[in-house]
Amino acid sequence: MLAFILRRLAQAVFVVLAMVVIVFFGTYVVGDPVWMMVPGDASQAEVEEVRRTFGFDKPVYMQFLAFLGDVMRGDFGRSYVHGGSAFGLIIARMPATLELAIAALVMAIVIGIPLGLFAGLKPDHPASRSIMAVSILGFSLPTFWVGLMLIMLFSVMLGWLPATGRGPVISILGWETSMFSLEGWRHLALPAFNLALLKISLVIRLARAGAREASLQDYVKFARAKGLSPRRIVGVHILKNILIPIVTVLGLEFGSLVAFSVVTETIFAWPGMGKLLLESIQRLDRPMIVAYVMVVVILFVSINLIVDLLYSALDPRVSVGESKA
Amino acid sequence: MSGVAKKKDASGVVETNVSIVKVAPESGFRRFANRFLEDRVAVVGLILVTIVALLALFAPLIAPQNPYDLAKVDIMDSRQAPGAKALDGFTMWLGSDGVGRDLLSGILYGLRISLMVGFLSGLIAAFIGLAVGLIAAYFGGKIESAIMRLVDLQLSLPSVLVALILVALLGKGIDKIIIALVMVQWAYYARTVRGSALVERRKDYVEAARSLGLSHTRTMLKHILPNCLAPVIVIATVQTAHAISLEATLSFLGVGLPQTEPSLGVLIANGFQYMLSGKYWISVFPGFALLITIVGINLVGDRLRDVLNPRLER
Repeated sequence: MLAFILRRLAQAVFVVLAMVVIVFFGTYVVGDPVWMMVPGDASQAEVEEVRRTFGFDKPVYMQFLAFLGDVMRGDFGRSYVHGGSAFGLIIARMPATLELAIAALVMAIVIGIPLGLFAGLKPDHPASRSIMAVSILGFSLPTFWVGLMLIMLFSVMLGWLPATGRGPVISILGWETSMFSLEGWRHLALPAFNLALLKISLVIRLARAGAREASLQDYVKFARAKGLSPRRIVGVHILKNILIPIVTVLGLEFGSLVAFSVVTETIFAWPGMGKLLLESIQRLDRPMIVAYVMVVVILFVSINLIVDLLYSALDPRVSVGESKA
Repeated sequence: MSGVAKKKDASGVVETNVSIVKVAPESGFRRFANRFLEDRVAVVGLILVTIVALLALFAPLIAPQNPYDLAKVDIMDSRQAPGAKALDGFTMWLGSDGVGRDLLSGILYGLRISLMVGFLSGLIAAFIGLAVGLIAAYFGGKIESAIMRLVDLQLSLPSVLVALILVALLGKGIDKIIIALVMVQWAYYARTVRGSALVERRKDYVEAARSLGLSHTRTMLKHILPNCLAPVIVIATVQTAHAISLEATLSFLGVGLPQTEPSLGVLIANGFQYMLSGKYWISVFPGFALLITIVGINLVGDRLRDVLNPRLER
């Protein structure tokens, strides 16, 4: 087990290092960042001055080592636009994104599992067909388009829910949150649903497939033969067995929720790190982009690692030995 | 039906699909077509895709106005509601956008760009993915594990994120978007092809081809590849829809195509600012066009998956 953990850890470190290399050389080949930092009418001496200050006059490998050292210390440089530490700026925006992503995750579970169970247990019921149709739509509709429709329906036409921003925030132990006011929840509803839709569809499919498979298993037949109530069979015997794959997949999907929040945050003007990334891309604020990529990659790799380890701990059938793809 | 017979059916389907006329009996394609058409929803999807493709192809002939001919566009026509008459006299059935272009015409021209980007990027990605996947499966060993590491690494990151970062590095422009979409998609093809090529490689006919002294290239391309194409066709439909949707997303976010190449995503983005003031049509109608395209392709893809997958055959 220890060897397994160590190997996975080494793999995770390798992936992060690979991303550092890709990101560094990716940005390096794109062009000289000095021209984005100096005013258009800067003199040659001023350009050289900037170049020296930021270390762009050194050879590539020196710059790379310097970059690597900075990354290790959590220093991704200073934002060209905002001036502050890029890493700090992203961390400051992180709570908003995490709240949004967690709300979406909860929504996916609360809405997806009951619908999927129903569709799996009663595959021929007309409602099941509609559920599956909705889940196909949920897969194929682009997130931004659903967001637009939500705004149009609930904000413009009905006027029920606000379309932009996060509402009033309060700070609790340094964590800026809007979760403790009704206004905050009203602001959260549309973006969270928008972000959740794709995952709701996914959970519906997983739960349906799981329920169909499980309801044919011997232990369910046995439970039925014992005379247990259908409610107990579904709630205990079936649900417990389909939860493991669903929870695993959702754990892995949490990273993709954070990534997709770029789209949702932009539409709903949600002040999270995704919106920050997009603004940085539009303004060519390179340190911000690099910092965002690194933060998200580290987030991803950690999630994958944790899910992997948990999974092998929970399910003994997952081979701890060779994991050849 | 026995298991063997089913397999034969499936491989017959595969061969006809690659349109290797000399091998395929005509009945194979007819059986495939009949099975495809059994599902009414899929037929609707096919009709939608056909209509959309024809509209895009013949946009210059159908559109009431060339929306990019500045001489034809009048700023006085801007933000007209659906059904209003343009100053030129024709009716703007879907209204007009912020600078006075007829929206229907804009959508038809936008479809061209969206579909073009989607198909082209899918085609290039399929080409790269097929080559890489085949090589990985055929040669195995270190090459395979290196390639599959890369594929796994890429597939573990969400495509939106990869595309955004690539676009951030590459910049705007239709060629750069296509490059970004290709880089996002190739890994799906590579994984799919490798999966089925691994199975095919161990079969006797490959052994036979090698024993006859055929080269590696010929064995891969003429013998293994045609038998791996069924899942690739399914992936290709789904991925094309995905690419179109991704391009629209990037363009909507303002980091995709520039205003000079107005795809559906660009049109939707342009209309977004008017939406909160109730002028919904500028965003919504291009959105519907996008929706019909994507849903249509996905319905076809869903059915293809059922028909081409021998394991699901009942």
